[in-house]
Amino acid sequence: MMEEWKESGPEVVKRFMYVNRRAPYGTIYALECLEVVLVAAAFDQDVSVVFMDDGVCQLKKNQDTTGIGIKNFSKTYGALDDYDVEKIYVEKESLDARGLTADDLVIPVEVVAADDLREIMAQQDVVISS
Amino acid sequence: MKFGILVNEGPFTHQASDSAYRFAVAALARGHEIYRVFFYNDGVYNSNRLSEPQTDDRNLVALWSKLGTEHGIDLVVCIAAALRRGIKDEVLKEGFRISGLGQLVEAGIQADRLVVFGD
Repeated sequence: MMEEWKESGPEVVKRFMYVNRRAPYGTIYALECLEVVLVAAAFDQDVSVVFMDDGVCQLKKNQDTTGIGIKNFSKTYGALDDYDVEKIYVEKESLDARGLTADDLVIPVEVVAADDLREIMAQQDVVISS
Repeated sequence: MKFGILVNEGPFTHQASDSAYRFAVAALARGHEIYRVFFYNDGVYNSNRLSEPQTDDRNLVALWSKLGTEHGIDLVVCIAAALRRGIKDEVLKEGFRISGLGQLVEAGIQADRLVVFGD
């Protein structure tokens, strides 16, 4: 069905936003949201990704998961650029609250204040949060 | 209105699937259309026909199955999320089908609104 749709060409381009609000480990939400984004990027839609609340920790540099025996998937965020996912927003307040800056993150991002992020969210057609 | 529904939790630990089911029933009663229900994360457990809740409890696997077959609603279980949780065709309840994440994106494109039910 997906192939049929792709062959016929997209009639509409919608704005899809994926919102990450949880820590990278402890639950599977961060990993499975990343899997969605990488698939979604194959569709010719307007894709953006948001990291806020504990979700900003997903992008933290120098993650080491050897102590918990779970795969460190933080390098995979680097693939977002290869998939032409270029709109990556990180909420400034969430970074500040955790003592982080954009320099602490594994990929280049656009740091936005909560007020501005609210406006960007309001412009979306589809918001998928996890 | 044409709705897409995303269910991100299983039938027991969280209320998300109950809420999604009730939303779907209410939407249909009002004459709306459900384009697709997509089950992701632990939501894939909603399709497991081996699930046997106690008889005095609601059975969401059976309820979704009945809703899907009676109204011809496309109930899609994400293959990536399903395989790592042991959900395969041989345990799939009637009315569900396993497919890829593209089906979620496509639901977002085709539906007027995609409503997410999660924790």
